[in-house]
This record gives sequence, C-alpha cells and structure tokens, in this order.
Amino acid sequence: MEDIKTGPNYNYDVVKKFTLATIFWGVIGMAAGVFIALQMVFPDLNIEPYLSFGRLRPVHTSAVIFAFGGNALFATSYYIVQRTCGVRLWSDKLADFTFWGYQAFIVMAALGYVLGVTQGKEYAQPEWYADIWLTIVWVAYLLVYLMTCVKRKEPHLYVANWFFLAFIITVAILHLGNALALPVDITGAKSYSAFAGVQAAMIQWWYGHNAVGFFLTAGFLGMVYYFIPKQANRPIYSYRLSIVHFWSLIFIYIWAGPHHLHYTALPDWAQTLGMTFSIMLWMPSWGGMINGAMTLSGAWHKLRDDPILQFMIIALAFYGMATFEGPLMSIRAVNALSHYTDWTVGHVHSGALGWNGFITFGCLYYMVPKLWGREKLYSTKLVSLHLWIATLGIVLYISAMWVSGIMQGLMWRSYDDLGFLQFSFVESVIAMEPFYIIRVIGGLLYLIGALIMAYNFWRTIRGDVNEKEQNTVLQSKTSGAMA
Amino acid sequence: MSWRNHKHIEKNALLLLGLTIIVVSIGGIVEIVPLFRKETVIEPVEGVRPYTPLELVGQNIYVRENCMSCHSQHIRPLRDEVVRYGHYSLAAESMYDHPFLWGSKRTGPDLARVGGKYSDEWHKAHLKEPRDLVPESIMPSYEFLLHKGARLHDLKDHLKTLRILGVPYTDDMIDMAVKDATAQATGEARTDTSGLEERYGEAVNARDFDGQADIISEMDALIAYLQVLGTMVDFEAAKKVEGGE
Repeated sequence: MEDIKTGPNYNYDVVKKFTLATIFWGVIGMAAGVFIALQMVFPDLNIEPYLSFGRLRPVHTSAVIFAFGGNALFATSYYIVQRTCGVRLWSDKLADFTFWGYQAFIVMAALGYVLGVTQGKEYAQPEWYADIWLTIVWVAYLLVYLMTCVKRKEPHLYVANWFFLAFIITVAILHLGNALALPVDITGAKSYSAFAGVQAAMIQWWYGHNAVGFFLTAGFLGMVYYFIPKQANRPIYSYRLSIVHFWSLIFIYIWAGPHHLHYTALPDWAQTLGMTFSIMLWMPSWGGMINGAMTLSGAWHKLRDDPILQFMIIALAFYGMATFEGPLMSIRAVNALSHYTDWTVGHVHSGALGWNGFITFGCLYYMVPKLWGREKLYSTKLVSLHLWIATLGIVLYISAMWVSGIMQGLMWRSYDDLGFLQFSFVESVIAMEPFYIIRVIGGLLYLIGALIMAYNFWRTIRGDVNEKEQNTVLQSKTSGAMA
Repeated sequence: MSWRNHKHIEKNALLLLGLTIIVVSIGGIVEIVPLFRKETVIEPVEGVRPYTPLELVGQNIYVRENCMSCHSQHIRPLRDEVVRYGHYSLAAESMYDHPFLWGSKRTGPDLARVGGKYSDEWHKAHLKEPRDLVPESIMPSYEFLLHKGARLHDLKDHLKTLRILGVPYTDDMIDMAVKDATAQATGEARTDTSGLEERYGEAVNARDFDGQADIISEMDALIAYLQVLGTMVDFEAAKKVEGGE
C-alpha cells in the first residue's frame, strides 16, 4: 500500500504550519512544566508577581494541552481528512485563519495568565474576550473540517474522521456551556462566571473531564485510527469494534465528570452517576486500545525495529493504563484517599506524557518526512533515543507521584494512639520533597527527548540524512541479500 | 440490526454530526439540569451573606493569583478532615462564589474555614514571606500585595454584575460599595462603620487588616477575604437548634 505521492491537490501548507507550532509549543509547555516543578522544590524561584507558581501553572497546562495537543490535533486532523476523503481542504483561506487565529488565542491566554487575567476555572482560565475569539476560530475549524468531509470523493467517512468530528463539535458545546460569563465592563478584562457554587462545580467538571474525554481522547483516537494502520501497513483490526468503540465512548464519557466531586456538596445521586459511568468507561477505552494494538496482529515483528511504531504502541499501553487507573480512582472509597493529592497529578501525566505525548510524537515522525517531501527522517536512531529517554522520564514522574500521592493521603488521615491526628499538614509537605525532586528529573528527561525530536526534524526538513546510519542500513541490506 | 446499516451514517457527514450531538448531550442534560432546581440542591442556611465589597476584591485577588491551584476550599465529611479543618462544607457556603473555588489539589492546607484561625498580623507576615513563619513551606511570597493599592473605584459595577447573576446585592449595597470597602479596611476606631454593619451584619470584620494606615492595599482585601472564609454559618447555634427539636 504505497502512499499516493504528494500531489498539488492537498493543502499541506497549513498542516506544516500546525506541525511546527506543535513542536514549538510542546517545548515551551514542557519547559514551563519543569520550571514549576522546580518551584515546588525551590520556592525562591517564584518571582512575584508575574512568575509565581499560581500564575505559571495554567501557562504550563494550557501550553501542553491546548497549544501542543491542540496544534497536533489540527495538524493531524487536516492531514487525515484530506488523505481519507481524497480531496483538498475545503477553504485554504479559512484553514489559514484557523492557524493564525488559534496561535493568537494561545498567546492571548498565556499573556493573560502571567498578568493575572483569569476566570479561575481549571483548564478554562481564559477571560471572556479570549473565549469569544476561540469560539470564532472553532466555528471556522468545524466548517473547514465538515465541508471537506461533505465534498469528499470516498463514499464512506473513515472512522478517524468520526472521532475528529465528535471532538470538534463536543469541545464546542463544552466550551460554550462552561465559559458563560458576564463581563463587568465591556472595555475591561474581568468577568464573573454565570454559575456559582454547586452548579458551577458540576458544569466545570462536566467541561473538565470531557476536555480529557474529547480533546485528549476522541481527537487523539482519530490519530490512532489513521496512523497506526499506516505505519504498520495493516488495516484496522476490527470494523465492528470501531463502531461500538466510537458510540459507546462518546456516550459514556459525558457522564463521568462528577467523579471529580466525590464527598462534596454535589448531590449524592450525581456523584453516584459519575462514578458508575466512570467505571463503565473502562470498557470502551480498552476496546479502543485493543482495536489499535491488535492492528499489529500478524505484523508484531515490525515493532522490533520501528521506533515510530514503538511510540504508537507504547502510547496505547499508557492509554490502557491511564484508563484503568481512572475508573479505579473514581470509586468513592479510593477517591477519598486519592483526591486532593499528587496521585491525581501522576494519573494525569501518565495520560498526558504517555498517551497524548507519545501518540503525537509517533504521528509527527510519520508526517514530517512526507510533508516536506523527504524520503526519510534524518536519523532513526535519534527517534529511538527520544523514545527511551522519554519513557524513563515518564516512569520516574508517575512512580514519584504515586508514592507521594498515596503517602500524602495516608499521612493526612493517620491517627496516633490517643486518637489525635498524627501529622501536621506541613509534615506532609516536608515528606514530599524527595519525590518532587524525582519529578523534576523525570520531566527534564521528557523535555530533553522533545528537544532531540526538534533537532531531528530540523535536520530532516533541511534535507539531511545521517550518513553513518545510511551506511549501516545499506550494509544490513547487502548482508540480508547475501543470507 | 445489521452492522451494515451503519453505512448510512458513515456516508452522511451531517447525519453523523447530528447523531453525535444527540448522543453527547444526554449525560450532561441528566446531570446538570436538575441542579438548577436550587431548592433541592442547596439547603438554606442561616448566616450566609454576599461578600462585602472589600471581601470581593480579596476574592478576586485570590482568583487572580490562582490560590486554588494549591489550596482547596471544600472540607469533605471524612473524619480526619473534619478534625483537621472543621465542619464539612455546605452547599450554601459557596452559593455566592462566581465561580466556585473548591479546588482540586492540596499542596497547601484547605482554606474553607481558615477565617478567624490566625491573626491579621500572622496572615500579613505569612503572605509576605511564608518561610518566616513556616520554615518548610513551599508557598510563593506575596509581598507586593502590601504595596499595591486595592482596586476599589469600579466596585459598583462588580456588584451590579453579580446581582444580574443572582447575588442578592441591594441598591443600597451597590450605591455604597466604595464607601463600604473603605470603611471596612479602615475600621471602627477611625471611621464610621455603622452603614457597613447595617448592610452586611454586626459580625462583619472592619479594621486595618494590614496595619498600614496610609493605604488600602491588596493585602487588606485579601486578608479581609481570608478572615471571613467559613465563618458565616454559626454551627454552634445550629447544633443547639437541632438538639432542641
């Protein structure tokens, strides 16, 4: 199954721009993460007022989720929708607008955080004017994507497009619902959220958990459904499983939000619904993982020496692990221990670093040579190096957070012989220090991996090929021919 | 139904989009819409009042600095939390928080009932340099709050906006917003606070929170906010009422 040669009929220009933006924001976001992790070890690194932990944390989360992840979603979705529909993107101008518009949104949001302009809702901090701007950009995105689907030459819409469409439309609904706010003054930045207390909490986590479900899951599953079959040169494992996976995932995810609000003032019935659906969510999640991984059925040998495929399959493994851990943590009794602790932070990062990061890296390694018309990457060995450095980084990160999180939870609830609380709060803070140091090291390794990737892409785009590797490949080919 | 029927959806992008919208809407509607019958969600509690203008300025500073990324404001009904922080949080206690500030992470302790636990001087010194009081603390320092004047001039607009969103500020409260803020940060000793007490209750804290007589600083506003957290409901009185029934 040869790729059709890059024809003039595909709009690769906008895909290239989004690809470069993905790499750029990825490095910025990860560096911000390392910096705020360092602040938790060395509090003197907080430079008030602009560079304190509180203001920088949303810079990190938004940069990695919405800037790195978002640009990766734009790049891959625009690539996939053209390849699978067999037509050029619907409107070059509008597609270009989504690029510049989205970058403007990112800069607007990040500047706001540093200057203290925020709505104060996790993963939805941008103020009203940035929210309105994002809505305009998002409508343009939906239009470009949908119209490309509508004017396609292929009779069927390939499954990857179902996931991207669901991601785009659901994120639009979530954003519009959660961001409802009233500005104090139309010429000022400050607004008040339309919702308060319990209602605000429920709507926030309906949004927040589905930012995970649709932004970081449905969209990225679109990548899985296209790039894994491509890289493995196999059709997707099961068509039926794709259908079941798609509809059950998007139906069940929406219900899971209240598991962020266990034991709060949110009515018990809502908490129980959230928990129940979170546990049910395990099934479609693993269905998707199996559908992706089993695509290698009969071709597992390819995994041995293809680091790009390794990135993709390790991503699915982390996806499977995170989507098992998630339902576990949504059980009220477990949540009583895990909530408010670093365990949640570790859980999020096994998903973000292992799943979203790795599948993105795999897709970028696949796309970059094709987009820039290069025969191959500058160096496959550097891909391997990136893979192992990043994997080591993740393992350090999440195991440190497991230990610190569970330790925190246990320290907060332990009693002495007389029935008094055994530890003051600050004793739990002191106990965290070694794990916060390990986390910094883990994050730093992950960042170094991303920098290696950036270097590899720079050389690839320049048209370089690592000559040493070229020679070894030739040698092994000749020796293979002789044997 | 045969799997083949799914082809009709796969061949029609608009149908796929429409069905997706229906499927993803169900869960949200079931979980969110009933919560707006507030009488079934928020038990009315004696004592919860809208924030005073100065406390509101303080809350906005709390949001601006993203304090809730490290401090929760929600005590769960678990034995250790009730022992450590006090009575578990009630729905009514955050009914005027736009947005809610329950938080999701405790890098530092919960603040839902921090009001009255420490003196103003403690808060001032702690915010200025946390490690002066708690050597192992990893909290950032917020000394700049002492030197920055609190933004009071547009408080009327803030109260008006919140009233539109359902916070029961009266015309009087809105008209007197700036004056009330000034009075609260100045205190009984140097100004007349009777109007403020009339509007927000006798229990309202009115004093020079940061000890700097020449400026109403952001520190004043933030400490005023911290000192009211969790203090509006009188749980002792509630216990007596419940016991008497």
